[in-house]
Amino acid sequence: MERVIVAMQDPDMGMKMRNQRLLITVIPHAMTGNDVIEWLIQKYNITEEEARHLGGLLVQYGYIYPLREPRSLLLRSDDSPYRFQTPYFWTSSRWPATELDYAIYLAKKNIRKQGELVDYEKENYSILHKRINHTWDFVVMQAREQLRASKQRRKADRIVLECQEQAYWLINKPCVNMPLYYHYTTLGRNRVKSSICLESFMKYSEQYLHHDPIMSGCLPSNPWISDDTSHWTINTDMVGIPTRLRVERWSFSFMELLNDSMGRREFMIYLEKEFSAENLCFWVACEDLRHGESSKIILKVEEVYKNFLAPGAARWVNIDSKTMERTLEGIKRPHRFIMDDAQMHIYFLMKKDSYPRNLTSRTPTLAIVPQETKKSVFPFMRRQRHSSPSPAMVTQATEDDGKAKGAGPTGTSSTTNSQI
Amino acid sequence: MCDQTFLAITFGPCDSCSENRPLMNLYIKTEPINYCSLCMEIMACQGLASGETLKSLKAESETLRKKLEEERKKLHDVELEKVAEKAEALGELNMKTRRTLKGHGNKVLCMDWCKDKRRIVSSSQDGKVIVWDAFTTNKEHAVTMPTTWVMACAYAPSGCAIACGGLDNKCSVYPLSLDKDENLAAKKKSVAMHTNYLSGCTFTNSDMQILTSSGDGTSALWDVESGQLLQSFHGHSADVLTLDLAPSETGNTFVSGGSDKKANVWDLRSGQNVQSFDTHDSDINCVKYYPSGDAFASASDDSTCRLFDLRADREVSIYSKDSIMFGAASVDFSLSGRLLFAGYNDYTINVWDVLKGTRVAILFGHENRVSSLRVSPDGTAFCSGSWDNTLRVRQEGRGVGRELKQGGTTLYG
Repeated sequence: MERVIVAMQDPDMGMKMRNQRLLITVIPHAMTGNDVIEWLIQKYNITEEEARHLGGLLVQYGYIYPLREPRSLLLRSDDSPYRFQTPYFWTSSRWPATELDYAIYLAKKNIRKQGELVDYEKENYSILHKRINHTWDFVVMQAREQLRASKQRRKADRIVLECQEQAYWLINKPCVNMPLYYHYTTLGRNRVKSSICLESFMKYSEQYLHHDPIMSGCLPSNPWISDDTSHWTINTDMVGIPTRLRVERWSFSFMELLNDSMGRREFMIYLEKEFSAENLCFWVACEDLRHGESSKIILKVEEVYKNFLAPGAARWVNIDSKTMERTLEGIKRPHRFIMDDAQMHIYFLMKKDSYPRNLTSRTPTLAIVPQETKKSVFPFMRRQRHSSPSPAMVTQATEDDGKAKGAGPTGTSSTTNSQI
Repeated sequence: MCDQTFLAITFGPCDSCSENRPLMNLYIKTEPINYCSLCMEIMACQGLASGETLKSLKAESETLRKKLEEERKKLHDVELEKVAEKAEALGELNMKTRRTLKGHGNKVLCMDWCKDKRRIVSSSQDGKVIVWDAFTTNKEHAVTMPTTWVMACAYAPSGCAIACGGLDNKCSVYPLSLDKDENLAAKKKSVAMHTNYLSGCTFTNSDMQILTSSGDGTSALWDVESGQLLQSFHGHSADVLTLDLAPSETGNTFVSGGSDKKANVWDLRSGQNVQSFDTHDSDINCVKYYPSGDAFASASDDSTCRLFDLRADREVSIYSKDSIMFGAASVDFSLSGRLLFAGYNDYTINVWDVLKGTRVAILFGHENRVSSLRVSPDGTAFCSGSWDNTLRVRQEGRGVGRELKQGGTTLYG
């Protein structure tokens, strides 16, 4: 890989460097992502896809680093500026990235600008602080000295150095997980008595016994045995009337209720009566934020704030002041997990309060108990096995997939499949 | 050349010990000096309190470890067998093969169910990934990967995409097109990039994120849309062979097992290793959470399966028999968590009573190693994939008139 890099930097045949602007400072000797790809295509006579792949690897392994968005180790084929990493920081040079260096780097970052450290960096910092505490004076001293020396450089050089270092540490984070620290934390962990844990297994198995088709069979019949898909049809997401077993499961735990779209709908209706529906809406919005596309995070956080957290919001949720404060503070730098605290608060609120009341006060849901299918008189008759629409299609179409009903016994249908 | 902005000596004689080594540039009282890493550590440690040396720190680590074991034992007041005595004994279990999926040209390495309870995706050594409607046994989609040994595959929760990877060190996502003739490979999206083979992958609660485990010793969380690495998990000292996402309320943890005989529990948000279990005697090939999320089971090359409780922080049960000498490759729980299905390298599947610790049944039928095993999402059946190129869907056979004999007869254990 390094041969490629050296060739790239050749003054005659190599890449064209330009002074690129980064905010207001001009960075010398930088190139755009597009340049990199074009040069690779030309020099090695490869396709654009291959050039992009190769360029991507160069960035991943740290030989080239991006000046904008340094955390995203991607090669963008546009005019985002990139620079070559100094050989000092090359992965191949036998310079072991020790914890000491990492600690110095983090300390420097911390001193330079308070709150500059990202979450995982903060945690690494505190772990290192505990672990190599005996060297901490040295670490801080070095950090200060290095910062002071860098202040004597030109601003452009300083930015370059910072970028180089940051890029290096993004790739070469040392593994900050060692026995000593780990043992301290595990000793402090709350453990539960075996008897209590094991009893819970017993209870769980007993509770779910009748819901386990392998243990107790299923009604009207197990589709794999009888080739009749009624069992699946009567249990689809939005069927008209749910089965008794399904409704029973909602009473097992709050999670079961929320995981079932029908149960969730019933719960929402109940909450609306209690004028606390905004709690469930908030929870749903937070889940969407957590598991949704990265590109929509900022937008979603804004939406959530506007609808649920802003003073005077239409669906304002009642969170305790401490959590609210923390969340509002965090919204300034939105990321995927920013609503976690608030979401958990609301989740447990619903679990401890609305959910139990719903269980006791609810009028019994209309539910069916399917009849067990009578066994075929003619054992060698086989039902037609109908295919069902692919889930990809179902999400697009509005109609239900209620097509997969088994037809009645239709004469001797010898199948082409080889089993049973 | 461009980045000669700063001249930095990277290799040469150390200012302190004069040996030729990789150097680091330090500043002592504004004077730049070049020390090798060893001398730097020594100098840094001059802040050590008297009596402390690296040796004493190691000793401290050992005593802490022993203390940990003692604490764990204190809370272990009863064995699972004792508690399970009052559980009802299980009757005979008679599982018959209901479907055999033939179509792979080589060993089946991995499989996963779709949330619609009837579709399956499976991957094999020859690089083919096939999506089946297991109910009708029709093949719905087939993709040929540009690599052999596709060791991991997963179905997206929406049912609209699959992810797979293996020796190519990548995890790729293929959206499932409705047009059967369309070339799926054209829409392929490379999401994860590791520096060694991909051993396992799974979608988290949505189609947008993938969790992967790799032979390079790390696991990682990726954003599907941008291919960005969201979090990486370091801590295994050898290949990570398997992983499973927790079904817990807060949905924030997962467990991974590796060649270093350890099973580690991780926090998705922070990347921290929150718990570790190392009682196995050999590589852990598969880990699966108990349905309640309070425990997980593991299958290992030491021919045992074990149950680990997360709240008690210990191993609570071992599922083993002297007659079982081959490694277990895959495990899964039935819906209620009462049964544990495990596939072994001696071509059999053993069914264990989780609570009582006894074997309930042994199932034959495969003609080579059972490489992967999963119970369907609603628990109506389970499917096993094997090195004999087939997948078998099995379910209980209770006195139905059809008793056609074929290769897949079952026996009682």
